[in-house]
Amino acid sequence: MSITVKHVSKRFGTYRALDNVSVEIPSGSLLALLGPSGSGKTTLLRIIAGLEEPDEGTIHYQDEDATRRSARDRNVGFVFQHYALFRHMTVFENIAFGLRVRRWTRANVNERVAELLNLIQLGGLEKRYPSQLSGGQRQRVALARALAPQPKVLLLDEPFGALDAKVRQELRHWLRRLHGDLHVTSIFVTHDQDEAFEVADKVVVMQAGRVEQAGAPMEVFEHPANAFVMRFLGNVNAFAARVQRGRAFWANMELACPDYPQDHVRPATVFIRPHELEISHSPNGVPSLEARVVHISPAGSVAKVQLLTTNLGDVLNVDLSPSTYSDLDLKTGDMVYVFPRKVRVFASDYSI
Amino acid sequence: MKPESIRPAAPARVHRRPEDPWFVKWTLILLAVTVMGLLVIVPVANVFYHALAGGLDTYWRSLVADSDTRHSIFLTLTVAPIAVAANVVFGVAAAWAIARFRFPGRTILKALTDLPFSISPVVVGLMFILIFGLQGTLGPWLRDHGIKIVFALPGLILVTCFVTLPFVARELIPLMEAVGADEEIAALSLGANGWQMFWRITLPNIKWGMLYGVILCNARAMGEFGAVYVVSGHIAGQTDTMPLRVEKLFQEYNLSGSFAVASVLTLLALVTLVVKLCLERQSRRQPEEATESATLVGAFSLLNDRAGFGSRSGFQPDRTDWEICPTTLPNQAR
Repeated sequence: MSITVKHVSKRFGTYRALDNVSVEIPSGSLLALLGPSGSGKTTLLRIIAGLEEPDEGTIHYQDEDATRRSARDRNVGFVFQHYALFRHMTVFENIAFGLRVRRWTRANVNERVAELLNLIQLGGLEKRYPSQLSGGQRQRVALARALAPQPKVLLLDEPFGALDAKVRQELRHWLRRLHGDLHVTSIFVTHDQDEAFEVADKVVVMQAGRVEQAGAPMEVFEHPANAFVMRFLGNVNAFAARVQRGRAFWANMELACPDYPQDHVRPATVFIRPHELEISHSPNGVPSLEARVVHISPAGSVAKVQLLTTNLGDVLNVDLSPSTYSDLDLKTGDMVYVFPRKVRVFASDYSI
Repeated sequence: MKPESIRPAAPARVHRRPEDPWFVKWTLILLAVTVMGLLVIVPVANVFYHALAGGLDTYWRSLVADSDTRHSIFLTLTVAPIAVAANVVFGVAAAWAIARFRFPGRTILKALTDLPFSISPVVVGLMFILIFGLQGTLGPWLRDHGIKIVFALPGLILVTCFVTLPFVARELIPLMEAVGADEEIAALSLGANGWQMFWRITLPNIKWGMLYGVILCNARAMGEFGAVYVVSGHIAGQTDTMPLRVEKLFQEYNLSGSFAVASVLTLLALVTLVVKLCLERQSRRQPEEATESATLVGAFSLLNDRAGFGSRSGFQPDRTDWEICPTTLPNQAR
């Protein structure tokens, strides 16, 4: 079932949680609402679920207006951030709850719960209480409980937020596989861009109650719509520059930026991702920055090099592949030349 | 090099595991037992001793033979359950409002639930006389319509409700705040309606705290003297509850009768105590640690209030810190 959010606004007192938000969620997709805390992503999720009512705007399920429908009538599965399992009920009863309140017959309940226990690989633990489960197990029970009444939409609020890194990683893959099997339209909220990129088909980046950008993970990462998205999605080097007549001027470099063709000079910010910089021991005759190596941390899948540019005094972070790093043979204090492979420029009035 | 000697700054003197000397331990135990004995056990035992001094026969006769005494027992057993029922309804409603909603005056409402504890019961009685009595605000109107409140059963119920009002609410407010609304919202999202949510999720989560409040409320309702004394008019066979009857018999030098009624009252209190202990044990067996500790928080804050410490315990059970604990396996099968 596809979901369409149209011009939704929501206030809590004087605080504007959502400001004219529109999102399109295609049927069967897995969408991530990505943003820092306070960006309104959870509020949007709760409005889609029917747990909150928007002040303005509508929510359409397929072609039907569901804005005024209660959570009960929308038939959505909701997985809460801290699971919200019923602590006085066993795993079995937790999963069966949504079926019992819908007056399923006993035989159907037993059959459905067994099916779900199998799906979440917790067969044999159905008599346990939530307090006797690990974090990852609780999360899976919460998911099974939400899936039990066969919802048309699955909503997850920071589903992996409270878990440690390893369990988190496993559950991400598991959720991705599960979605592949079930094809239920799913939306999850996260503040972790790796999580969003890894799991989701489509990412909606939010900030301060507005949608900054929506698109496939690759599209959002490679073509950020503005300075906020650029900064929020991964590490980035940012430098002050200016733009005029389609050119950006930064340090000793002149860069093409057709987005700003105006005649007057505007302050701007140049963004370069750490992996989009190259280091060389000689200037090679192309525009480059002279810099000194300040710090190197070679451990991990990339070698992180910190440089200080000589003419500007800016700190520059560069990620090198291990092979490039060993070829260069860098040492702290070396003078090197840095070439940006890819640069994005945003005029400053759009920056945060 | 031994591991103990690694720390260079370690003091030369090795401290033993702290353990109090035997005389401290036994002095304290003796002191506690003596105080308990003198202040609690001896007087309580004495009541039963005096009640039964004339033999079981006299005891039974002084309880049953006197119609006024019989009526006082009946009256107490009427008033207390009604007060408890009113308390449960108010307690759940108030706790729900305070724990689940944010509204102007919420803190004031929370503070007001404690007010009946701090007003002297005699003053409570007087307050109701001033409203419903003949000279009171509503007195003439009530008389014209033939409604009797003061010096009648409604008055007794009203003041008993007033003085016991905080018990269930005080138990439930911290409990419901600690438990949080998450499970209730989860129930709604799973398709439950309001009633299903209340009966299947909210009530099981607060039942121990509620029963605890009910027991304390019941004990107070049966034992209430001051407020009831003022509004009852002390009419034997009509508005005398058990505590009033004890006092009246005592004033009439009917010691055997007075002690007999007192012993029944004490017995009811002891039964309450036993039920309370059982409940505490039962709720401790629950796997839900947060619920239980919240119950205890409620109980402690209540005791503190009663003792006049006025402390608002800031303790909140850590909801994220549940561990898998095999010792808390539920032993009752569902």
